[in-house]
Order: sequence, then C-alpha cells, then structure tokens
Amino acid sequence: MIGFQTLLYKEVLRFWKVALQTVMAPVMTALLYLLIFGHAFQSRVEVYPGVAYTSFLIPGLVMMSVLQNAFSNSSSSLIQSKITGNLVFMLLPPLSHWEIFSAYTLASMVRGLMVGFGVFVVTIWFVPVSFAAPLYIVAFAILGSAILGILGLIAGIWAEKFDQLAAFQSFLIMPLTFLSGVFYSTHALPPLWREVSRLNPFFYMIDGFRYGFFGASDIDPLKSLAIVASFAVVLTILALRMLARGYKLRH
Amino acid sequence: MPAIEIRNVQKRYKDVHALKGVSLTIEEGEFFGLLGPNGAGKTTLISILAGLARADQGSIAVLGHDVVTDFRAARRSLGIVPQELVFDPFFTVRESLRIQSGYFGLNRNDDWIDEVMANLDLTEKADANMRALSGGMKRRVLVAQALVHRPPVIVLDEPTAGVDVELRQTLWKFISRLNREGHTIVLTTHYLEEAESLCDRLAMLRRGEVVALDRTSTLLRRFAGLQLALRFSQGVLPAGLRSLAADPNNVNGEQHSLRLNSYDDVEPILALCRAEGCAFEEIDIRKADLEDVFVQIMNGPEVIEGLA
Repeated sequence: MIGFQTLLYKEVLRFWKVALQTVMAPVMTALLYLLIFGHAFQSRVEVYPGVAYTSFLIPGLVMMSVLQNAFSNSSSSLIQSKITGNLVFMLLPPLSHWEIFSAYTLASMVRGLMVGFGVFVVTIWFVPVSFAAPLYIVAFAILGSAILGILGLIAGIWAEKFDQLAAFQSFLIMPLTFLSGVFYSTHALPPLWREVSRLNPFFYMIDGFRYGFFGASDIDPLKSLAIVASFAVVLTILALRMLARGYKLRH
Repeated sequence: MPAIEIRNVQKRYKDVHALKGVSLTIEEGEFFGLLGPNGAGKTTLISILAGLARADQGSIAVLGHDVVTDFRAARRSLGIVPQELVFDPFFTVRESLRIQSGYFGLNRNDDWIDEVMANLDLTEKADANMRALSGGMKRRVLVAQALVHRPPVIVLDEPTAGVDVELRQTLWKFISRLNREGHTIVLTTHYLEEAESLCDRLAMLRRGEVVALDRTSTLLRRFAGLQLALRFSQGVLPAGLRSLAADPNNVNGEQHSLRLNSYDDVEPILALCRAEGCAFEEIDIRKADLEDVFVQIMNGPEVIEGLA
C-alpha cells in the first residue's frame, strides 16, 4: 500500500512541480476556445432550446480539457521515464502491476479533474451554467478522466519514442475528442456522420457529462454511462495485462 | 541458503544468444566479482536477476525467492545499482531517496537516508535538484537509491565507470563496510585491480558462458602465479628449465620468462643456470595480476577444465 501511495504522490508531484505548463496552460487554451467559438457562433447556433451556444460549449470544453490532460499525464510521464531510463526506479522495487496501474491512472485523473475544474471556474464568469443532474457530472468526469488516464498508460507503454506517442495523440486522441461533439450537437450532423459519431466512445463521455448540466442530451445518459463504464473495464483489463506481462517494459 | 542461485539461465535477443546456460551460486556474505568483456552477458544476467528482463529458460532465486514467481520478496532482498547514469530530473536528492524508500514500502526512513547520504558524501547536496548534480554526484545518488531499503544482497553494475578516484575510494569504503556487516556484494567492473583487491570469488563470462569460476587467489595462482624474467649476457637456457618457460616456442634466445610455483624456486633455478655457465644481465620477479589471468582466460579454450 505504501508503494502505491508513494508512486501516486510522485506522479502528482511530478506534474504539480510544472503546474504552469500542466494545469494553467490548458485552462488558458480552453478559455481561448470559449471566447473565439462562443463569439463566432453565439448568434447563429442554438443547440438545445433555451440554452445559449456559449453555455452549451462550456461542459464540452471542460470535459475535453479533462480528457486531454488525463491522457497527457500518464503518457508523457511514462515515455519520459522510458527514454531517460529512470523507469528502472519503478521497475526494480516490489511494486505490483495493480499498484503501477492505479497510481498512474489516479494521478492522471487528479490532473484531468484539476484542469477541468480550472476551466469551469474561469469560464463560469462569462456564462451562466445550470446543474440539472450533478451526479452525472461527477460520474462522467471520473470515468472520462480514468479512461483517458488508462489510454495514456497504454500509449506510454506501447510507444518507444516521442514521435510514436505524438502520433497516438494527434491521430487518435485529438480527432476523437474534437469529433465527439464538444463544439456541436451530433443531431446537427448529416445522418451518416451522426452514425459514425456513435462509434466514438468519447462522444458518450461528453454527451453524458453535458446532460448533467442541462438535463438534455443527444442520447439517454444511462445508456452513455453503461457504454463509458464498459469501455473503462475493457481498457483496465488491457492495461493490467500489459503491465503484468511486462509488455515493452521488462524485456 | 545461497544469496543468489542462478540455474541454467538462457537468454536470446533476436539473433544474439546473450546467455547460453549460465549457472552460478553466490553465498551469503560473499564479495563476488562478475567479469567479462563488453557483450559477455554480464548486464543481461543482472537484468534478469533484477526482473528487468525475463530468462527464456532457467531460473534465478535471491535468498531462496524466485525472481519471477516470488518477485516481491526477491526484489526486497536486492539493491541494484544500474550501469546507466539515470536520474529523475523533477526531484531533489532527498525527494528521490524518499520516493525510492516508499516504493519499497518504507515510510519513515530518514535516519537511514541521512546515514547513507553521509557515507556517500551526499549530505551537502540533499536539497539540490538532480539536474544540477555532476556525473559523479549522480552516480552516488544511484548507489544511495539502491541502498534505501537495506538490501541483504547488493549488485553494482560497473559502478566506477568514469568515476574519479575520490568517489571510488568513498564508495569502496562504504561497500566494504556493508560487506563486513553481512551484506552480500556482487560487482561487475572493467577495473580488474578493483576486482582483485575486493572480491573473494570471481566468475568470468565470455560470450554468454561462464568460463572461469573460483576464488580470486586460486585463479591468480592457477593461471599465472609468479614469473621469473631472465636476461642472459652469456650462455643459453639450461635444458632442464625449458619446461618452465612461459612461451615454450622461445627457449633459445637471451630473454626468458619462467613460471614459478613459489619464491623458493628462484634459488635452484639461478644455481642451475650458473652451473651451466650462464651469466645474468637482468633478473626480475613478476607477480601476475588479474589482468594476465583475464587475458589468458578470454583468449583460452572455450571452457577452462574443472572450473565451470
């Protein structure tokens, strides 16, 4: 248990020591998205009746920040340790695959949720937001950050070089987050693209999270919750198996 | 119970057969040297011992704990100083040591951390960031990190490569003290004089095989022992001494190297030479060091008889 606690502490301390880059910068980015997209589309788009576009945008931006930063945390920590070689400090002690998995995932969740909260706090000054079903907000935030933390762990284990990790991020994580309905409702899409969106697991995270604020969503939030939870379980099993086998970590 | 028991360990990396069935037993309390040229398989063997790599065949146990099936107990018993100079740039020396302690399940370890730092002359740098340290200082921290959990078995993989004299002396003083207190020490090094002066017993690895395994003193005696170098100003090597020549192909010149079993052999040899009418220009007694042994073994037949 102390091993797990220490690894979690180390992972949190690692990003906290460079919080300007890991927490403040993403909050700033999200704020820019809100100001630019909000200003550009406010008068033209009404996604749900009675919900201003900027209000609609906020939960999506919060969730996008949660997801991207949870992913960044575990993946960049692992790849840096691998490339600089200091991963041995974690591989030599008697840490189990469960401890490594939980510590990396939780630290990613902490960073993701911290950034998400930061985005929420700064954007709330510009636009009023309601809380229709707060439990959904909490549930989707926790599951979403966990899923991306685990994905980051998997990507960090798999990647051998920075550019491989960057490819994972640019060709998988970024498209999936941007195409998940952060900036629009999938109802506004042509039928084909609406169906394609349904294959994107990130869509359910954003849609369910948004339901928690407005009580309205593209699909039933319970269904989203079930899909997101299943996705989390599958990724957990995959990551644990990789760690237990020492895939790409122990040769 | 042996400190480390290595049973028929084999490891292949794609087309390289890194270890071809290595078996070794290192007893508790030993100061053991693992020698061999680059690429002999030393680091691969240590990686398997440390759990950083998996053997294709065979097994390793540390104090009776298998490094795969009982890895928690095995790793708690092991302190490994890696060969590569690695560090975590996010933390200070003290933070690094506290974190490493925590990984081994130790919460309040500051007394021991302070003692280790004092013994490695690190105390002044305790709050310095790892990035700000010189190479030698980083090496000290690596040693300290391996010792935070007071492991009964300590493995140092070329700890003195590129390290100044002062650190070498500090390090060996501390490691020798730990050895006297009962810790088992395993050392790989390229500095053979270091192995000669520190290690009770040695294994030499060549291309993934153990080619020699014996007490350091026995190896030194067996392979070269003493040599008597003679240079004649007059006369030739008496026929009765030709069998002692280190180089049997050269017995007719003026210069000869003769193998000795002990210093007592010197006088009869010299007496015989005089009786045959030789006059000496130069007489020198040379004690073979581990380097001679190493060169002989590495250039010798595949496996030294009766040793491996």
